[in-house]
This record gives sequence, C-alpha cells and structure tokens, in this order.
Amino acid sequence: MDYPDIATFLIVSVVKIAIVIVVLLTAVAYTVWLERKLVGHIQNRWGPSRVGPFGLLQPLADGLKLILKEDLTPPHVYRPIYILAPILSLTLALTSISLIPFGNFLHIGKNITTPLQISDINVGLLAILGVTSISVYGVALSGWSSNNKYSLLGALRASAQMVSYELALGLSLIGVLILSGSLSLRDIVDKQAGRVYGFIPNWNFFTGFQFVAFFIYLMAAYAETNRTPFDLPEAETELVAGYHTEYSSMKFAIFFMAEYANMITVGCLATVLFFGGWHGPVPSFTPALLKPVVPVLWFMVKVFFFLFLYIWVRGTLPRFRYDQLMAFGWKVLLPLAIANVVVTSLVVALRS
Amino acid sequence: MIHPVLFFVFAAVAVAGAINLLAQKHPINSALSLIVVMGALAVLYLLLGAEFVAAIQVIVYAGAVMVLFVFVIMLLNAGEEEHDGAASRVAKIFGYPAVALGGGALIYALATRGAPGMQVEIGRFLGGTRQVGRLLFRDFLLPFEVTSVLILIAIMGAVVLGRRGGEQ
Amino acid sequence: MVPVHYYLVLSAILFSCGVVGFLIKRNIITIFMCIELMLNGVNLAFVAFAYEWHQLSGHVFVFFVMVVAAAEAAVGLAIIITVFRTRETLNVDRVNLLKL
Repeated sequence: MDYPDIATFLIVSVVKIAIVIVVLLTAVAYTVWLERKLVGHIQNRWGPSRVGPFGLLQPLADGLKLILKEDLTPPHVYRPIYILAPILSLTLALTSISLIPFGNFLHIGKNITTPLQISDINVGLLAILGVTSISVYGVALSGWSSNNKYSLLGALRASAQMVSYELALGLSLIGVLILSGSLSLRDIVDKQAGRVYGFIPNWNFFTGFQFVAFFIYLMAAYAETNRTPFDLPEAETELVAGYHTEYSSMKFAIFFMAEYANMITVGCLATVLFFGGWHGPVPSFTPALLKPVVPVLWFMVKVFFFLFLYIWVRGTLPRFRYDQLMAFGWKVLLPLAIANVVVTSLVVALRS
Repeated sequence: MIHPVLFFVFAAVAVAGAINLLAQKHPINSALSLIVVMGALAVLYLLLGAEFVAAIQVIVYAGAVMVLFVFVIMLLNAGEEEHDGAASRVAKIFGYPAVALGGGALIYALATRGAPGMQVEIGRFLGGTRQVGRLLFRDFLLPFEVTSVLILIAIMGAVVLGRRGGEQ
Repeated sequence: MVPVHYYLVLSAILFSCGVVGFLIKRNIITIFMCIELMLNGVNLAFVAFAYEWHQLSGHVFVFFVMVVAAAEAAVGLAIIITVFRTRETLNVDRVNLLKL
C-alpha cells in the first residue's frame, strides 16, 4: 500500500467509497428483483416480467412507488428515536461493507498502489462483529419508538433472536481465526491461496475442514439478518404486526435496503472467510491487463452463489416457531460451535 | 496535528454524553447517551493504540451490556423520572458540593503530576491481539478462570431471579 | 501530540459525572447506568496508564473490568426486575420498607 502523499490517499479512498456504495445499492435493488424472480420460479410462476425485459426495470418501478407514497408519521410515536432507528440500520449495513477485501492490489500510475478494500484494519473480523452487535439497536429502537404493543413485542423478539445467534456467529469464526492466525481479513484471504494435491483449492471450507463452522455460520447469519427460516419477527408483518409496522414509504424502504445490504455483507464475509475470497478454484491464465479484474469477478460469482442460496432457502423451508428458534440457537448451535473451536485448536496444536 | 483535533472532538462527545445522561428525565434517553459515551471512548482507545480493547468495548459493552439495559427499560416500560421527597433534596444539597470538591481534587491531582508527562502519538501500538492473548492465558490465567466461574454464577443467578413465582 | 494527562483528566471528569448521577438520580436503572459510566471512566484511566508505562497488563485489566461489569449488569437487572414485580415502582425513594 503506497501513496505519495495524504491528499492522494484521501482522493483514492473517496473514489473507492463512492464506487462501493453505488455498486452496493444497485446490488441491493437487483437482489430484490432476483429474489422475486427466483421465488416465483420455485413456486412455478413467473416473477416480475412486465416492466422491461425479464422484469429488469422492476426495482426502478418499486423505488418510484416507495418515494411517491405518502410519508406518514403517526402522531403518538417518540419522534427522535423513530427517525433515528432506520438511519442507524442503514448506516451500519453500509459500514460493514467497508472492511471486506474485494481483490488484490491495484497499481495506478507509477507510484500509487492501493488495495481493493476501503480499509484494512488489524482487527477487521472483530470490527464486523461489533457492527453486527450494534445493529440490534436499529431493530429494538424502531419497535419501542412506534408506541405500539405489537411493534414492541415483535422488536423484542427480533432483538433477542439477534443477540442469541450473535454468540454462535462469533464462535464459529474462531476456527477460521485459529487457522489464519490474524484478525485482518486480507491476511485471512491470503492464507487461502494455493492448492493442495494439485487441484483442491486451499480454502478454509475444504482443506481447512471448517465445514461444520461454515454451516453454523450460515445458520447464524440467516438468523442475524432475520431471513427465513428464522423470520418470525418479520413474518408477523403479514400476520399481525412487526417492528416496522408504523413505518411508511421512505423509512420502510430504508429498513428494506438495510436488510438486503446485510444479506450481501454476510455473503461477502462467507466467501472471504470460508471460500478463499478472490482466489478462483481453477488456475487461470489472465493477461496482465486484466489481472486486477478477474479476482473481483470470481468474488462476485461466489457472492452471487450465496445470495442464490439465501433465496433458495427462503423459497423452500417453512419458518421456525419462536421457542424452537431460541432452543436451536442456544442448545444446538452454541455447543456445536464450541466443539468446533475445541477440535480445531486440538488439530492445530497437535500438528505444529 | 490531527491528533489533538480527534482527541478534543471525541472527548467533548464523551463529556456531552455523560452530562446528557444526567440531564435527561427518561431512562431510554440516558441509555442512548451512555451508548454514545461508550462509542466515543472506543475511539479514544484507538487513539491510545489499544485496538483490541476498542473492539471489545464496542462488541461487549456497547453491543451487549447496553442492549440488556435497553431491553429492561422497554420491558418494564419505565416512565419519566419523578423527583419528590426529602431524600432527593438532601442528596442534591450535599451531593453537588461533595462531588465538586472530590472530583475537582482528583482532576487537579491528575493534571499537575510531577513529570511533564508523556505525549501520546498515534500509531504507536503497544502490541496487538496476539500479545494480549498471550498475557491473558499465561500470566493472568488464574483471574481468567475465576472470571469464567463468576460469569457462570451470574448466569445462574439471573436465571433464578428471572423465573416467575418460583419461591420454593 | 496530546499529553497523557489529558486522557486522565477526561477519565476523572467521566468518573465524577458518574458519582453525581449516582447521588442525585432517583430511577434505579439510571443509577445503575451511572455505575457503568464510572466503570468506563476507570477503563480509560487503565488504558492511558498502560500506554504511559508501556505495559499490556492495563489492557488485560480492562478486559476483566468489562467481564465483571457484564456479570454485574446481568444480576443487577434481574434484581431490578424482581423488585419491580413486587413494588411496581422504579423510584428508589419508594423502595424503603423491607416488607410491603
């Protein structure tokens, strides 16, 4: 990482932030389209198909509708927190994407070398866990400020679920941490380069034997982002109420965007930690000009695979009841995650 | 050059949060001010080169302990605070001067320590997570095990106290 | 460059705010939060001293303080909930009889 002076560093960082935000928000809009299309096909019907070819302009139509809807603030809400909660959710969802490495280094001109990552801090993994911890407030405060009994109960259930599964999430990442020896996300990806036996890539899922940790991480992440099969707090919107009942138009759209941005972040994190980040599974011969681009394409393919998995699970599985959900998190996932940590550390200790 | 700016901004945020904690009537506002104070303190820990402490301040303190406080405030539906009774008047009459005296003495003693005092420089990390882990599991192993027993006792105590109507 | 004693003065200010809150507030939960504020001030002092004497034990102590604060918050809030169930008030002035 090499910059001639601090002004260049600032300009390059601002450009990176702008690109990442634009790409992320577009990805959020098109993840909604992908979900409606895929769930439609799973249910043997076409998804959106009228607005534009294959319904590709549907997100634009949805955005327009949400902006033009009446932005109603109910009279008995506690106004400061009512406005703060969606802003907090979206801000945190956009913050955690800044720690994820998308590719290798990029050489601009003669003396600027910049990593394809907005910030590479030494405790990157802990910082992402921290952002996950704080995002519980977005849910809890939105339910409380709505001054509505059902919203409050939905919010309390949702935040209790998020706090419970945060533990299993954090513990499942310790196996990866032991194998990589560093909390920085770029170091974790760098440790997964290369191949074993000539053709098996050295990813944490395969040769690192972290498949149990991967499945624990996946289930905990589904519960953290409140997606099926753990979306009881959200499904209550269809039944009675939920924590975003009293929100209309733009604020509801903000919650929606925050949820899909969290999904994308979880997918990016899973590829970085378990599937080798930007290292492709097959050895590739890229010309020097395309060298920074091909890893990013591999990264996007893997993230797309995770989003596909999310939507596939949503279309297929029924949802948990709340007590089953909490029992699963505390009685099944947590002991499994601890067992994974013990076994991984034993293997690493005996090997060295 | 940027260090004093960062320090004064986040110190001002921390003190403003602390004063807001005292000034607000509703406990939820106090809780949110305390979360702001903890966030500002996490930044100050980063300025002092303590990256692991900053991370666990956000994860454990601001992200778990304060969530517990916010849950309890929401569950109990705590309303605004009422000031009545002789006890609160006595507390105010004696409390403010006592703290002004004690706190003032403390601040004076810390501000005028003998030696000119060391300057804090950004980027001078003492040692990362690896060194803290080493210290924790070698030199401080006994306190670590004792605190794990303490947490176990706290969990059992909280579960027993939280049960409804189990007074056998 | 900022001298270390600026951090210590800030920690003393936070601690004093915590003591003031502990004495004058009447809501149990707010009093408890002032205790947490005091603990945070002490944590800042620990980290500042760890920087000055160049020892990592300060960070380890902060870790232990946080763990103890978490355990104390859990049990303390459980006690507050139990008191609320019987007395139906969160005002410390009203919780002044051993038996209702």
